[in-house]
Amino acid sequence: MTRFQPTESFHSAAEPLQLLPLRFERAGKHYLVSNMVGDFVRLSDDEMARLVDLRIRPGDGLYEKAYAAHLFTRADQSSQRQLLAMRLRSRMAYLRQPTGLHIFVVTLRCEHSCPYCQVSRQSTDRSKFDMSEETAWRALDIAFESPSSRIKIEFQGGEPLLNFPLISNIVLAAKTKAATSSKKVDFVIASNLALLDDAVLDFCKRNEVLLSTSLDGPADLHNKNRPRPGGNSHELATQGIRRAKEILGPDRVGALMTTTEASLDRVEEIVDEYLRLDLDGIFLRPLSPYGFAVKTKAIRKYDSKGWLNFYARGLRYILKINRRGRHFPEFYAALISKRMFADRPLGYVDLRSPAGIGLGALVYNYDGKVFASDEGRMLAEMGDRTFELGSVTDAYRSLVFSDKLFDLVGSSLTQCAPECLDCVYETHCGADPVYHHATQSDAVGIKPLSEFCARQKGIMNLLLEILETSPQDAAILRRWGGI
Amino acid sequence: MLPLSGLATFSRGVLASKLPSVVRLRSHCDPSANTPTDFVLVRSKEELQQAVDAHSNGVMIVSDNGLENLSEAADCHRLISVPGKFNYLSDGDIIRFHHQSGRFRTLYRRTSKHNAFLVTDRCNHYCLMCSQPPKNVDDRWILEELKVVLPLVAKDTKSLCFTGGEPLLDWREFVDVLAHCRDELPNTATHVLSNGRAFVYDEVVKAWAALRHPNLTVGIPIYSAVDYVHDHVVQARGAFDETVLGILKLKDSGQRIEVRVVLHALTAPRIVETCRWLARNMPFVNHVALMGLENTGFAIANENELWIDPIEYRTELAEGVNILASARVNVSVYNLQRCVLDRSVWPHAMQSISDWKNGYIEECNRCIEKDRCSGFFTSGRPRRSRGISPVLAS
Repeated sequence: MTRFQPTESFHSAAEPLQLLPLRFERAGKHYLVSNMVGDFVRLSDDEMARLVDLRIRPGDGLYEKAYAAHLFTRADQSSQRQLLAMRLRSRMAYLRQPTGLHIFVVTLRCEHSCPYCQVSRQSTDRSKFDMSEETAWRALDIAFESPSSRIKIEFQGGEPLLNFPLISNIVLAAKTKAATSSKKVDFVIASNLALLDDAVLDFCKRNEVLLSTSLDGPADLHNKNRPRPGGNSHELATQGIRRAKEILGPDRVGALMTTTEASLDRVEEIVDEYLRLDLDGIFLRPLSPYGFAVKTKAIRKYDSKGWLNFYARGLRYILKINRRGRHFPEFYAALISKRMFADRPLGYVDLRSPAGIGLGALVYNYDGKVFASDEGRMLAEMGDRTFELGSVTDAYRSLVFSDKLFDLVGSSLTQCAPECLDCVYETHCGADPVYHHATQSDAVGIKPLSEFCARQKGIMNLLLEILETSPQDAAILRRWGGI
Repeated sequence: MLPLSGLATFSRGVLASKLPSVVRLRSHCDPSANTPTDFVLVRSKEELQQAVDAHSNGVMIVSDNGLENLSEAADCHRLISVPGKFNYLSDGDIIRFHHQSGRFRTLYRRTSKHNAFLVTDRCNHYCLMCSQPPKNVDDRWILEELKVVLPLVAKDTKSLCFTGGEPLLDWREFVDVLAHCRDELPNTATHVLSNGRAFVYDEVVKAWAALRHPNLTVGIPIYSAVDYVHDHVVQARGAFDETVLGILKLKDSGQRIEVRVVLHALTAPRIVETCRWLARNMPFVNHVALMGLENTGFAIANENELWIDPIEYRTELAEGVNILASARVNVSVYNLQRCVLDRSVWPHAMQSISDWKNGYIEECNRCIEKDRCSGFFTSGRPRRSRGISPVLAS
């Protein structure tokens, strides 16, 4: 049948090939290669060399693999570029909803005395460390000026329940404001739950306020990390979680853990503690280099390698639990999986570029100062006011359009920062200008010296390894990612 | 196989013009059956008498008994008689009748779930497996005919399909047909099979979106994630690029899209790659149909190049379906029998073969899945997988 043409007729040999943006890293015997939107392929040395020289042709296997992964295009085509553009647009769409998170530091006082406290809590002087009503109303005005159609108001401390009357006033005022605007408002209180009582629970129930607490593991570990008068932090936290689940509903309270040196060889026990309390997942979190964590040198007790060992051991243990049929995600792996599997916009404030400072969150400090991130106000307590954007007397626009924020966000873009711009994981990572400023006095940072970078690469590498070697665990990661 | 076209044994009184007539059939007891396009169905002498007594506008005899020669028929001024094998014709069906030649074709069957209107025989593709090989003829009259047919279609019709050829070759006229569809049949799910290349032009996308049809989907084939593989299958250079761009533009306008992949020896071995590509790049499409090959038309001419036993890609198909389903893409498998599919695929396997060319074989009678199975095409030169064997236990 001559009227049909053979495959060679469609190879378009006349049209030159063009490489599309790609990033790569040596990974053992292979190169790990990612395209502009973070799809991964592995190529051999020979394939990599042929790809960059464009010594490829239809039918050689590499052409097909690299074409499907958008690593090159024919010069006369535009679909490859348009697909990438569409997907990138989707991934970045969170930028259309700026500043969704508004953190109110209603007090810096706390009845705990955690040596790793990252906010440098105070134990006395109500007048000096509590937020005033006047500050709160101004902050609320700013929150409602932000363009996001849905905002979350998070109450932080210190221990925010020490200033509960202000919380309840803010919640009620915000609801009144929301009723006459097109915004939806969610509320969450980040509390150690030691002061949780029926009045607070009743208020939370009536106003749909979520609770987020700290739980570092079994009693001895938790109490060691989180001392308070009476040494009963664990007892009060777990009691609080149970009560909150009972009164507010099983999905209305979450817990976060912080990893200290003492946690390092106890990850299974920590996970078991979360399972025992029937929590809906766990977030394995390293210590951050702020506040007392630096002062007491807790932060130096383990490095990224120690952390990654802990994380990998924990993640494998958690996957095992999921394989037995219990849905129990590790939230960080879930987040990264979501970004690896799909292009939905995820503006998680600590893991995006442009960075989430100001654009993702604003922090209204007890003293009326406005910061670009929670960590930014932690630095301020240490005497570093780099991330202070202004005060609650300023308008939203002047805070977010300040030269200071422009500089900090603009200079830290992973899309063009040294090391990041070439990094095979760039698409799934984020700029963390506060961390790098804190640890290296430079918002960009020298990434090979960055523990943040080492942890990120380590975790993504681990996830890729799991995805490629265990279909069963890959399915679990997909489920965690909601994909 | 149901015969959808044939030759009338006798006709008279139907206006002799160049263009064929559109005739809607009514059962004899329907009192409203007296508009110029309505012909009363008659299968016996008694029914003929009733039709005459009712002064029916026209009469269509379905019989091998020469009813048209009876004296009762003498009073029927407009009469068509077709052989008894067209006995399936029933109330509400629509046929096209050529006066000069006596040829007719069933266009619409009210009781069928698989009504498809051919819009044109022309196409700018020349797919290796085309089941409806294109012809380069001026058949634009069909677009006009459709505007006559659509108002006659029963208003409660669940779904209609428009196929070709490439329906969008005369896109202005075709969009106008769809506007008729929207106005006459707003509750009918309307499915258009197109190669999608027309949507590379903004004006076409604009016109399509401006229809604001409440239930319109376009089914567009993408045969591979790799440009030349798709272009080879459709025998058109640059097709992949334009089709992908067209889909992106349509989705930008919020239109409903189905992606169709026909499985044969050039596409099935790559199905995992194709599904992964679809899941990553087009998770926004409303449906993906992975379709077993109908061995008819050009597929027979290219059998050596295209035939692959579905049992050989069973594992890959299951993986592909799983990848799409995991990405929450609505995915179906068409035209493949349950016994050749991995059980994980069964929930996605549809009874997709049009009723008039659908059949089962002897072994199927013992199979407990028969009622849920697609069965086989009876068209063309059916080929069966060596994996066909009745499912005896669940």
